[in-house]
Amino acid sequence: MNQLKTKNQLGWLLKMAWRDWRSSRKKLYLFIASIVLGISAVVAIQSFGSNLKVKIKSDSKSLMGADFIIDSRQIPTEKVLHIVDSLGYKAREINFASMAFFPKNEGSKLIKVSGYEGLFPIYGKVETQPVTAAESYKINKGALVDATTMLQFDLQLGDSIKVGEVTLPIAGALKSVPGKSAISASIMPPVFIPFELIEQTGLIQKGSRVEYQFYFKTDELTNLKQLEKELLPILDLESADLDTHVSAGKQLGDGYNNFGKFLNLVAFTALLLGCLGIASATNIYIKEKNKAIAVLKCIGVTRKQTFLIYLFQIVFIGFIGSLFGTILGVGLQQLFPILLGDFLPVNVSFAVIPSVVILGLTIGIIMSVVFSLYPLISTWFVTPNQVLRAQETAGKKKKILGFIVAPIVALTVFLFSYLLLGELLYSLIFLGGIVVVFTLIRLIAGVFIKLIKNLFPKKWRFPARQGLSNLFRPGNQTITLILCIGVGVFLINTLYLAKDALISSTSFQKNVETPNILLLDVQKEEIKSISKTIESFDQPVLEQIPVIAMKVHSINGVRTTTLKEDSTNGIKNWVLDGQFRASYRDSLVKSESLLDGNWIGRIDDLEVIPISIDIGFKKAAKLEIGDRIEFNIQGVLLETEVKSIRKIEWSQMKMNFSVIFPEGALNSAPQTNVLTTQAPTNEIAAKMQQKLVIAHPSVTVIDLRSVMGLVENILSKIAWVINFLALFSILTGFIVLIGAVRTSKFQRLKENAMLRTIGATSKQIFKMTAVEYIILGILGSIPGTTLSFIGAQLLATYSFKTDLIVSWIPLLLVPGLVVVFVTFIGLANNRKIMKTSPKEILRDGSV
Amino acid sequence: MSPILNIKNLSKSFKTGDQVLKILEDINFSLNEQETFAIVGPSGSGKTTLLGLCAGLDDTSGGTIELCGVDLGSLNEDERAILRNQKVGFIFQDFQLLPSLTALENVIVPLELQGDKNASAVGKELLKKVGLESRINHYPSQLSGGEQQRVAMARAFSNRPTILFADEPTGNLDEESGENVVKLLLDLNKEAGTTLIIVTHDLELAKQTQRMIVIKGGKIFKEETKA
Repeated sequence: MNQLKTKNQLGWLLKMAWRDWRSSRKKLYLFIASIVLGISAVVAIQSFGSNLKVKIKSDSKSLMGADFIIDSRQIPTEKVLHIVDSLGYKAREINFASMAFFPKNEGSKLIKVSGYEGLFPIYGKVETQPVTAAESYKINKGALVDATTMLQFDLQLGDSIKVGEVTLPIAGALKSVPGKSAISASIMPPVFIPFELIEQTGLIQKGSRVEYQFYFKTDELTNLKQLEKELLPILDLESADLDTHVSAGKQLGDGYNNFGKFLNLVAFTALLLGCLGIASATNIYIKEKNKAIAVLKCIGVTRKQTFLIYLFQIVFIGFIGSLFGTILGVGLQQLFPILLGDFLPVNVSFAVIPSVVILGLTIGIIMSVVFSLYPLISTWFVTPNQVLRAQETAGKKKKILGFIVAPIVALTVFLFSYLLLGELLYSLIFLGGIVVVFTLIRLIAGVFIKLIKNLFPKKWRFPARQGLSNLFRPGNQTITLILCIGVGVFLINTLYLAKDALISSTSFQKNVETPNILLLDVQKEEIKSISKTIESFDQPVLEQIPVIAMKVHSINGVRTTTLKEDSTNGIKNWVLDGQFRASYRDSLVKSESLLDGNWIGRIDDLEVIPISIDIGFKKAAKLEIGDRIEFNIQGVLLETEVKSIRKIEWSQMKMNFSVIFPEGALNSAPQTNVLTTQAPTNEIAAKMQQKLVIAHPSVTVIDLRSVMGLVENILSKIAWVINFLALFSILTGFIVLIGAVRTSKFQRLKENAMLRTIGATSKQIFKMTAVEYIILGILGSIPGTTLSFIGAQLLATYSFKTDLIVSWIPLLLVPGLVVVFVTFIGLANNRKIMKTSPKEILRDGSV
Repeated sequence: MSPILNIKNLSKSFKTGDQVLKILEDINFSLNEQETFAIVGPSGSGKTTLLGLCAGLDDTSGGTIELCGVDLGSLNEDERAILRNQKVGFIFQDFQLLPSLTALENVIVPLELQGDKNASAVGKELLKKVGLESRINHYPSQLSGGEQQRVAMARAFSNRPTILFADEPTGNLDEESGENVVKLLLDLNKEAGTTLIIVTHDLELAKQTQRMIVIKGGKIFKEETKA
């Protein structure tokens, strides 16, 4: 027997696929639309992320203002000074947080004061208004003040600013500083004053949180990595640090990466929802084509050829959907700099990234094919005999097929989530989450349908009964619709509830005993006088907490420099790198509880000091009870032993410390104090701050209410971005919903025309349709809402460590609106059906 | 001369739950080249099932079928499809045209499958023969029942089949269209020299063939040969 020629075969198969597509393309438009939004979201985020990374890499020098920086949070030692001198720094900076006082309107604000000497920035530029002020402020002995702060306090050029003991005229508004985002400026607005006036502020005292930075320029040949490797251990011993523009750029990129990964997942979920639409639509599409497939097989087309004819169509649909999605995504990336603008340290420009375009196209095609695999492979089992009589094909084989296809779908979802996340565990958790949510919604929907079937309200009137029984009709898309609605509601509500929980976890506890004013950097000799000032407002000093700055020097005898080189020990960098603050006291406070070991509140022997660490620090430093840590307190090494582990409720917005020493251990160490008090009103808080700033310029006053306002502002901006992406899922859900309703349109057309023939009125058909879709909406919303509450509860308990705030918007409004919308889509799609006359029941000779 | 179709001890049964439903039992007959043959019988007698088995559309439960000298039982589904493409033509009661293809495209599909570069010209010629030269670019939904059946006939003859299977070719047509279709079918068949098997319960149509078997209860009840 002659085999068909391969050369002709491929061309003919493509031609047949095109012919089939040509007549069905209207049906397939919605299939395409299902993946467009998901792909566009993925492409937009990927493009933006790539552009941001490229920009950070290319601008890393101007972000830092130098090739590398050496910094110290204490007065640089002789050795550090020797190093920076021998390397030849181009500029140096002294900065610290302080309260600024504006005499014009008697306002005060926590600011970051910086004084620069030399050529700063070496790369990039400081933008000011007027432009010349960036240089002239030094000569004119003026200050550059953050532009937003000037607006807030209605300050003009020439107005005064008082920093510590120094009062200066404002020489210009600071519009941008290299490497500073709008958000960082809003937390602590920058103020530049001439370097030589820093000392005169009187704010640099023992224990003050002052940072000394030296800026360097190198030639192209300098190996910064080598330099870092050689100098870091020496500087570390001197409590100094070295950062290169490369590592700083990488850190910035990593910072975005975590948020970007989360956004990617939200976008990928939208794509998955779209794929669900594709799967359901292809299923119906292929089912409708069963007779045509049988005819093709009858006239000599093989199983492989039939499979390929439909596979080519799906690839084409996937390609068109991906192409539109990619184009839309490339355009949408321009929105992200607007949405995330305040968080970004650089201006991200628009660029088409070829690798992202390829990703968008590939992901769309592969996902479309994989999610269509089940109906596609089922074409294999359509027998030519079906041209003679309709028969259900190969039920058992299709079940086996399901077992083969399901792992392929799961593997593909896993691989793409891994591609987007880059982390194996998170990808598995994501896949697990998706499987659990889909399975649970499917199961809950199944139980509901079974219940309705078993408890069928036989006494209902005909339209309601008919509408209800429509849910059990073969090929009715009920499960697909419920899944779409359920997953959509789940996504919207989980995001909403998670946002609320996140905000509540950081919300300020508004009870009387909770301090809302913190006074930092209080020297011992100032305590009495400050207490008097606070008491003059009829408020008590609630707490007086000693604070000692220190660094980890060694853990169990191994130096931090050695530990840093071993990436397998799992110790977090911040433990080894950072300077942090500890305290001492004789008892636990309200926000703490003892998890393990014995609390030792007081000691006299200084040889090995028993300390208490919190669970977070234990995990980050990989410590156990009995482990030894050596701390470096301004050059003095202190041997300690972990005696207890505490759990801290960080969400209580109290002064908490990872490491607590016993009373008597650090009483003579260099320290500052934190005083806390309560200001009942904003007015008293403002007056108290004003009086404290004037009387004690070196003290930093933090009004927790304004901090909370800032945090809520940041969170609502993040929530906005998340909601924006969730919108893609919601819209995709609606498209899939419309698609699923439309795919069963032809069947409904015939059924309703038949009902009309036997006497049903349009009103009755309207009622049937309404009942069906209201129930569908409810059946989808109930499991979606329930699961979102469970999900949000888990997030609140285990991630945000707070109580879940249950608001009525996700509980009632979202499901209610979804039910209304689903019913509207159902009725709108059936409008034509309701108007169809019985004569539409025509003999249709073609298959 | 070896027969085009040779059926020996053919049986077909279906399993429904625990019960075995016998559709065909002990069927034996053979057909020679250019012979015309009718299978008649009441509804549910098993005649369409028999047609499907003869054309290799379904698997037998017992017995053998030799089509064009090839034992269908020895072929897999794809090999049977290729055999049909090369040797067999079909006409169905409900036309079974592909709705996404035009009249011409429907006709030339079997030829295109064979890689015939002249398919379009052959298709146009066949449509001209069935009187549809002006409807070549129309879709099935734009044609009447009689026109659709004529397209189906053009398709059935397009691959110059050795044997043609027709399942109730006039079943969905009015009397006049039915008569026209039958006349056209027999004329085309005579011209092409094809072996023809018609399944019908229309005795008038059956009488126009050279031989006829009557199926009842899944068995050959009667066999008649035209004198």
